[in-house]
Amino acid sequence: MYVARLSATDFRSYAQVDLDFDPGVTALVGPNGQGKTNLVEAIGYLATLASHRVAHDAPLVREGAERAVVRGVVVQDGRETLLEVEVTPGRANRARRGGAALPKARDLLGTLRTVLFAPEDLAIVKGDPSGRRDFLDDLLVARAPRYAAVRSDYDRVLRQRNALLKSAGSARRAGAQLRTLDVWDAHLATAGAALLAGRHELVEALHPLVDKSYAAVSRGGGPTAMEYSSSVAPEIAGSTDRELLEAALSAAVAASRDKELDRGLTLVGPHRDDLVLSIGGLPARGYASHGESWSLALALRLAAYDLLRADGGEPVLILDDVFAELDAARRESLADLVAPAEQVLITAAVASDVPEQLVGARYDVAAGQVRRVR
Amino acid sequence: MYEGPVQDLIDELGRLPGVGPKSAQRIAFHLLAADPADVRRLVTALTEVKDKVRFCTICGNVAEEEQCRVCRDPRRDLAVICVVEEPKDVVAIERTREFRGRYHVLGGAISPIEGVGPDDLRIRELMTRLADGTVTELILATDPNLEGEATATYIARLVKEMDLKVTRLASGLPVGGDLEYADEVTLGRAFEGRRAYS
Ligand SMILES: Nc1ncnc2c1ncn2[C@@H]1O[C@H](COP(=O)(O)OP(=O)(O)OP(=O)(O)O)[C@@H](O)[C@H]1O
Ligand SMILES: [Mg+2]
Ligand SMILES: [Zn+2]
Repeated sequence: MYVARLSATDFRSYAQVDLDFDPGVTALVGPNGQGKTNLVEAIGYLATLASHRVAHDAPLVREGAERAVVRGVVVQDGRETLLEVEVTPGRANRARRGGAALPKARDLLGTLRTVLFAPEDLAIVKGDPSGRRDFLDDLLVARAPRYAAVRSDYDRVLRQRNALLKSAGSARRAGAQLRTLDVWDAHLATAGAALLAGRHELVEALHPLVDKSYAAVSRGGGPTAMEYSSSVAPEIAGSTDRELLEAALSAAVAASRDKELDRGLTLVGPHRDDLVLSIGGLPARGYASHGESWSLALALRLAAYDLLRADGGEPVLILDDVFAELDAARRESLADLVAPAEQVLITAAVASDVPEQLVGARYDVAAGQVRRVR
Repeated sequence: MYEGPVQDLIDELGRLPGVGPKSAQRIAFHLLAADPADVRRLVTALTEVKDKVRFCTICGNVAEEEQCRVCRDPRRDLAVICVVEEPKDVVAIERTREFRGRYHVLGGAISPIEGVGPDDLRIRELMTRLADGTVTELILATDPNLEGEATATYIARLVKEMDLKVTRLASGLPVGGDLEYADEVTLGRAFEGRRAYS
């Protein structure tokens, strides 16, 4: 698939911008702070209803404006689909597909699929477990949009349960509140089991692809390993049996109840898990060199791309400012690997950052003006 | 900031659910420009709703008398109670004409984030209504979202030992939704296909 058109109103630095794209490679080039990432962020938003840079929507709306609107035309198998989303911070987004209003904005997920590479990706390898959990969950949703509901259910149960644990630990009304804890435990186990089953299945499917991409990017490095490390119980490793996972989660929650009441926090469940990545038998986090860490981060994104492509409907590749971060060898490898994709959108501060294999259309971005130069 | 009374009005409007600061301003200036007779009608409606409307002593629905219209209707089936979160859900279900029993309005759903526990809802009143054995079926029609589900599960567990058929509205209702917004056909089907609570 490819994005044929992007229009954004009051999105980030743009009051209004309208761009046409062709399949193949398009580079957005311009000095720092001119609005290149803002454009690819808008495209990413149409695919995921989230920004790759910020967790909340407020910064996406142009300073002084009330709401932002992003529209895109996606072409798949020769068919055009218009996607529209209206972003109003603090309120539910509104979305339309093909002009028809969708009951929930998240019904938009699944039409446009993107894989976005960004300098922030290094944190998947080097940073906190939450970055790795988000990597897995974002990919789950991209593969099967129903996971958006699973994920938000789990988050919501967790917030409700934590609120209850906190008030039960301190308030006088503890007795009454506590009687509902069993109910939240049951909901936590159900939602958590669905999420765990998805993550386990994903890690299994992903690892061979990561290993292959790592070898390609690092020119023969590896082997890599990916191990899902669960806070629930070691016995459930890799299981996709929802009933078994639910039972294990119920048992783990029951076992840690006293501690959780003391702390006012849910201490077991998918929100406490990690994905342990290693290279050549050593954990990547804390051991891998900067270059190795970059290779692994790229390999994770490339594997995501392979997986989505294998599911059908080739995703749009977005490379936000990544070439500037890489040494010459990794730059070359990455360029070779992404060159055949149906559509590749690249941002770069200087044109020479874009490898030769990826020469295609070019837009210059300066002071919020976007001009096609090739 | 505007002059005293205008700002007061904006502040009051802004406290209403679903009204943000910008809408509050728009409504305030609309009222300021409106015909005095129109505004007086609105004031009367607001005063009357507070003076005349109360909550039904049986089910908690809004009522103009001691009891609401449903509870006063002798044709309604006393053996079935449908539990809902809000009076607006009663209206939505009445529109389907599928339900001939009576209601029990909880006044919300369990939500620790908002500090709402079972004691803040009319659950004790429900247990009192169930005590004499007249009621044989309980339909849990709380909203099909997490808080609604949790409330339904909680009530189902409370009445487990009673000799009572407990059902939950069938799926088909949009999950994560609000009962009020389900269309009549969907809601009607959900009633027909309600499933027993396990
Ligand atoms: N909500 C907003 N309203 C107005 N301007 C904004 C908003 N959010 C970001 N900007 C502006 O957009 C600019 C950043 O744009 P962007 O991140 O796209 O830059 P870039 O071209 O990718 O730069 P770099 O090469 O440094 O990555 C900044 O000048 C910032 O002030
Ligand atoms: Mg940038
Ligand atoms: Zn009544």
